[in-house]
Amino acid sequence: MVEKARSYNELLPHLFRLEYAKMTAVLCRHFGLKHIELAEDIVSDTFLKATETWGIDGLPENPTAWLYAVAKNKAKDYLKRQTLYETQIKRGIRKDKFQPEQDYDFTQQTIADSQLAMIFAVCNPINSPEAQICLALQILCGFSVEEIANAFLTKTETIKKRLQRARKNLRNDKFQIKVLQQANLASGLDTVLKTLYLLFNEGYLSKSDDHFIRKELCSEALRLMLMLTENPLTNTTQTNALLALMCFQSSRLEARVNEKGEAILYEQQNRSLWSRELINKGNIYLVNACEGNEISKYHLEAAIAYWHTTPTDSHRWERILQLYNQLILIEYSPMTALNRAFAFAKVYGNEQAIKEAEKLDLPENSHYHSLLGYLYTTMNADKAVAHYTKAVNLTKSLSEKKTLKREIERLKEICCCRA
Amino acid sequence: MKEFVLIFRHSNKSDSKPSPEQMQERMNWLGSIAAQNKLADKGNTLSLTNAKIVKPDHVITDGPYTEIKEFISGYMVVKTETIEEALELAKGNPIFKMGGNVEVREVVKPV
Repeated sequence: MVEKARSYNELLPHLFRLEYAKMTAVLCRHFGLKHIELAEDIVSDTFLKATETWGIDGLPENPTAWLYAVAKNKAKDYLKRQTLYETQIKRGIRKDKFQPEQDYDFTQQTIADSQLAMIFAVCNPINSPEAQICLALQILCGFSVEEIANAFLTKTETIKKRLQRARKNLRNDKFQIKVLQQANLASGLDTVLKTLYLLFNEGYLSKSDDHFIRKELCSEALRLMLMLTENPLTNTTQTNALLALMCFQSSRLEARVNEKGEAILYEQQNRSLWSRELINKGNIYLVNACEGNEISKYHLEAAIAYWHTTPTDSHRWERILQLYNQLILIEYSPMTALNRAFAFAKVYGNEQAIKEAEKLDLPENSHYHSLLGYLYTTMNADKAVAHYTKAVNLTKSLSEKKTLKREIERLKEICCCRA
Repeated sequence: MKEFVLIFRHSNKSDSKPSPEQMQERMNWLGSIAAQNKLADKGNTLSLTNAKIVKPDHVITDGPYTEIKEFISGYMVVKTETIEEALELAKGNPIFKMGGNVEVREVVKPV
């Protein structure tokens, strides 16, 4: 009995994550996005029933099939009641909205199609990018409000409100989840890719120091991207480029923190911890991305990430600098400008790069000061300390503060030795 | 923020392609302006060979290099507060090493 209880306690949260989004997506396809809460209620009810039943009877043979069967019955029950209400109680007033004799088909194909449609429904520019990411985490990835708040370092209440507003906007919008057509997929794909890109970066570059939640965000973004490659309508060169980028970056996830959760810089990473498997996958997607002539910002970022997986190539920094030159022409961002300056230093040396970096003039940006701190290290330790100190005061990340302070101490020691 | 067009002029007629190093230097220069968020439009390079001039009465002549010593090889638009800043940006262009020059003109915006 104890044995049984333990196994279901461990399995249920896992199954919930995995199946919640799928079941909601399939039910939403039947009910329409307007009734997403209804779909979610049915799914939640199903899991509640699973908790009760499995706790007593133990795990069924095939837990997933059990969940789908129960959800199917609950949906049918609901519609039966609804039809009864519509036809016998409110007879003649309104025509039935729901088709009572629908089959709830939870086959692989329907699940895939429904989830794909759900991705497009959630990544709707009617909501801000932040709200889209929250919605994606909740509806597509089955995250709880607390988990989302944790990932964003935000209060639970704020996330709750953001989600409510976003859901209201979705309901009012006329997105048809049933239709998976070329026209609406093509026009929505840009937004979907942008949202998934941001979702990944939220994990990869996030302010949160919780390594576990960061990895979860990255792998969820990867999972959703993979779904896009499985449908010919969404398997575009841009999709492949973005997926390649995510694979390359993810390959270093294990190597970039130590046991204490402190960040390890690229050059100090143990390369044997880099995932060869993800790098190889990234290479395949990058090759797919290069069919055709399109060069998007995802192509350029993936190409840069590719060069970072080849630390022994002596010309890689020249290539990386040229790629950053192209990337910054497509879209300006302070982060791209700073990364470009770093690549410039690798090609032309720190002295030249300081001139280049100081032109960027981003005095409120912590990364600007940590870059200048780094560049001055070999030339003027006092200036390096001054910039690093500014960076410590500007950054919100605790692990970054720690890393920077360690560097300041080291530089001060060098200064003392010389004096 | 004002916008200034940089007009690039070459004086030699050789249409030899720039070397990889020259290309790289130009890309670095362009990237540097974009990295300062001062690029409004990366503009275009203009063909030296497929070029004609239409004159009054629809007279077509080859050009423009049969008429003038300096031909325009391209243009781009930067955004800066003052023309001095725009001139500073222009100074970094490798075109001067090849005997070219850059004309800087403010874009006139309707009031």
